[in-house]
Amino acid sequence: MSLFRLSAEAIDLETERHAIDHPAAGAFVAFEGCVRDHNDGRRVLALDYQAYARLAEAEGARIVQAAIERYELHRAAAVHRVGSLVIGDVAVWVGVSASHRGAAFNACRWIIDQIKADVPIWKNEHYADGDSGWLHPDGSVVSGSIE
Amino acid sequence: MSVKILYFASLADRASCSEESVDTQSTTANSIYEEACLRHGFPSGIDKLRVAVNGSFVSWEFEVNDGDEIVFIPPVSGG
Repeated sequence: MSLFRLSAEAIDLETERHAIDHPAAGAFVAFEGCVRDHNDGRRVLALDYQAYARLAEAEGARIVQAAIERYELHRAAAVHRVGSLVIGDVAVWVGVSASHRGAAFNACRWIIDQIKADVPIWKNEHYADGDSGWLHPDGSVVSGSIE
Repeated sequence: MSVKILYFASLADRASCSEESVDTQSTTANSIYEEACLRHGFPSGIDKLRVAVNGSFVSWEFEVNDGDEIVFIPPVSGG
């Protein structure tokens, strides 16, 4: 089981969840990041994710491994979609198992925050008004380019 | 020397390509970005960007070698 992978296919939540099973785990926590129909006051119809796969997989694995050590997890993994997604699709999944719930909740939150800050994946939103735009980390639209 | 540059997201849109091979006399990641700015009209200044060489983040002063894969990383927006 890989610590972090990119997927061009829909994420199979049952399969991912059972890969995290561990007999010593008293707690399992998962985060599902979904495509929502609005951002920054605009109606969103769909979006595309693009990734620099080579670096994204290395950085993602580094983050998940760091969480395992930092929170003494039994298992952890994350999957991020690439390609075209529609409203309601799961774009990112993070799952962790730990002996107790505190570490599990904290580790899951930490992993998704780190992924959003560091892993080279970019979201391009398609709006109801026909426009589209790449997003900054804070959810605001990149105006024209990277200014 | 010749290097391969990959572009993503807003930079790929601006460059109208996702990769290019470039013959250059420049030796650092920073100077190779400055050349790309001139070719493609990227915003000057590297304060919002990071750079990776051969699949690892590096500093802008990193010395680039023939055949390296260079990627300028715009602010990420995964999740």
